[in-house]
Amino acid sequence: MPDAINTDATAPALELHRVVKSFGPVVALRSGSLTLYPGSIHALIGENGAGKSTLVKIIAGLYHRDSGDFRLRGESVDFSSTSQSKGAGIAVIYQEPTLFPDLSVTENIFMGRQPTNGIGRIDRRAMRQEAQQIFSRLGVSLDPERITEGLSIADQQIIEIAKAISLDASVLIMDEPTAALSGVEVERLFAVARSLRDEGRALLFISHRFDEVFALCDTVTVMRDGSYIDTIPIADTTVDELVRQMVGRDVTELFPKLPSTVGDVVLEVEALTRAGVFRDIAFSVRSGEIVGLAGLVGAGRSEVARAVFGVDVYDSGTVRLHGAPLPKGNPRIATSRGLALVPEDRRKQGLVLDESVTRNVTLAIRSKLARFGLLWGGPENRAAQVWASRLEVKTSALDAEAGTLSGGNQQKVVLGKWLATEPTVLIVDEPTRGIDVGTKAEVHRLLSELAQQGLAIIMISSELPEVLGMADRVLVMREGRLTGEFTREEATPEAVMFAATADAEATI
Amino acid sequence: MTAVVPSPTPGTSAASRLVRHVATARETGILLALVLVVVVATVRNPAFLFSSDGFRDLLLTPSLLLLLAIGQAIVIITRNVDLSVGSVLGLTAYLTGRLFIDVPGIPMIAVFLGGIAAGALLGLINGALVAFARVPALVITLGTLYIYRGVNVAWAGSDRINASDLPPDFRGLGTGQLLGIPILTIIAVVVLVVAAWYLRNLRSGRELYAIGSDPAAAHLYGLNVTRRVIAAFVVSGALAGLGGVLFAARYGTVSSGAGVGWELQAIAAAVIGGVAISGGVGTVWGAAIGAYLLLTINRALPILGIDDFWQRAVVGVLILGSIVLDRVLAVRQSRRLIAQREIGR
Repeated sequence: MPDAINTDATAPALELHRVVKSFGPVVALRSGSLTLYPGSIHALIGENGAGKSTLVKIIAGLYHRDSGDFRLRGESVDFSSTSQSKGAGIAVIYQEPTLFPDLSVTENIFMGRQPTNGIGRIDRRAMRQEAQQIFSRLGVSLDPERITEGLSIADQQIIEIAKAISLDASVLIMDEPTAALSGVEVERLFAVARSLRDEGRALLFISHRFDEVFALCDTVTVMRDGSYIDTIPIADTTVDELVRQMVGRDVTELFPKLPSTVGDVVLEVEALTRAGVFRDIAFSVRSGEIVGLAGLVGAGRSEVARAVFGVDVYDSGTVRLHGAPLPKGNPRIATSRGLALVPEDRRKQGLVLDESVTRNVTLAIRSKLARFGLLWGGPENRAAQVWASRLEVKTSALDAEAGTLSGGNQQKVVLGKWLATEPTVLIVDEPTRGIDVGTKAEVHRLLSELAQQGLAIIMISSELPEVLGMADRVLVMREGRLTGEFTREEATPEAVMFAATADAEATI
Repeated sequence: MTAVVPSPTPGTSAASRLVRHVATARETGILLALVLVVVVATVRNPAFLFSSDGFRDLLLTPSLLLLLAIGQAIVIITRNVDLSVGSVLGLTAYLTGRLFIDVPGIPMIAVFLGGIAAGALLGLINGALVAFARVPALVITLGTLYIYRGVNVAWAGSDRINASDLPPDFRGLGTGQLLGIPILTIIAVVVLVVAAWYLRNLRSGRELYAIGSDPAAAHLYGLNVTRRVIAAFVVSGALAGLGGVLFAARYGTVSSGAGVGWELQAIAAAVIGGVAISGGVGTVWGAAIGAYLLLTINRALPILGIDDFWQRAVVGVLILGSIVLDRVLAVRQSRRLIAQREIGR
């Protein structure tokens, strides 16, 4: 079959043209375009939120596009499920492999299309042999009989690739496959990718690591803010140019930070380490200061925040709050000493969706409001009213269920909940993710005002303009380490992006 | 379980793989516990195993529960649960009696098919509600547990089926033996073998494990999750229906309270047998052995001079014990695997 593909190497294997996808008011993909050719490894790069994942999910049949063209080998296609895209010869390897942990490696490769004999009985021997053949072709030694649970991410990705090969996929999409791999594992993956390319398959490689893009790919497409920017042969471009295209954007549309007086150090973190997650994290935050924590998704930022707050434990290091050490693994003490964490996933970790706005706002101060151990409606409503009006939560009634509010207003309720504890240090994790532009500016204004009133704020954000617009100081993390610290003046998009992706600095 | 001699070098031969598989299988431990119970009880009172009644009871008593446990295991493997099986059994048992009374001369096979079909229909209702209402099976089947039982009570009232209402041939099924083995046991074991073969060897059977192991991944794989889950509930209902027919054959009398609480015993049997309540793990063999262990212990305890009160507590200890054991094994395994990877870095 590779021969058939090679005879017409100039015809694209897959074409997307001006594809649009939005979720309610949030536009995830403004205008996505992409052309893949057989026998080529194509890179797709862009910041977090640039629309790469949405584009991939449309190709995979997980999302349905709102408008635009989608052609496979010249023919217009319209997938409504992953089995359709699979049937059409598209294999997608997600960043987090999606395997069945309780089943064997072989079963994971062939699930749903196991080789069978006449009466439909699965031919285990044939299945095992085919798995073995694929593995030896890939040059990896994996026991096809072992269960998948406990395999490293690298091995899980090999299973995903084996799956793609057994499907004889003509288009193979790898969404940040190297994010969790070591050097040797990356080399092994690249060798596999090149041999698949030489068989005449079209590969799409999504990565944040420029050295890998330059080492592996022949063409690169840049996306920014949900739109296609440019497609360039790798030989005709440089890292500098690509970074410029990824970040080149106006920052002025955002709310400008109000000036505030920076006071004493309130939170100090020293040599914080958790094996396999983050290492040697040290920073401090002063009152009235907004410290931006930038980096790519998966760099370990949320994990550091959770460890500091005490939701997760850490192996070594110290956290000092107002000069006194904070015991680890105890969020209750952290809260009582004035630390607050507004988590990343507000629907899962920040809100009780089925409860009223009032109940959500007062959740963290229940014990303060209670008299004789009982909660009374009066104080609860008064406390909720104060915060709802200060944060301008737009809701029909305070007794409406939190789940019925818009994303932006939900975020305000979560903020209100933690501000009601009167914290001195506030950690917010992706405060504006999935929020429309208008509400975003309001959240920014609010954070800025809080800093003016002397609150120390750590803001984790994957959106570069937000970090650059809001932060007095920017810390950058990459792969579990702090790789950069910039003042507001030093923090240019390019500098922060380099620290976050950093091939300049040799790893270990 | 088999007479395979361990080969001296544990290598790749099929025989040694089988031995290793059997030796490390979760089911082996539970089987040993069952053997231990039987041996201890027999030592105290040889009639437990060696009298003809003792041997018959050993095989016969758990046979009906075995059917429910098989259905339950299939449902639990998909990360669901079916609490309604006891009510389904009660309803179909009463239906069986009514068929014999209201349709004189009805062929036995028609009654069997009627009971199984009725059970399958009730299972279909469960499955459809779970699949389309997107409410956890625990809640849905708790609802249908009461509804099915309510229908049964409304239908039967204070009426009950008596042994004299049933044809002697049919009654003979409940007590009869073939080559010294109770017919009910033979039926249950045939169902067991078919179910085990299906779960192991057919695509749709393997997909049940995949769905229970990670429903989101099953969706990404393009598996038809809805259809498989509904099918699992239909099978569970049909087996409960078969159980209902056989219940009537075995006991003769059927009141509106037949099968009350059996759903919990079926779940207990599956869990004790190593079917993970979180789905994706376990076999119907395990559930079957679990059913035998559960009811055999109940029969053995009086022989060992243990109070009636303690029998229930022992069941509880068994359930907790096997869950704790599973958990400990899982934690130990994942620790070991993480440690291996950290060293590998």
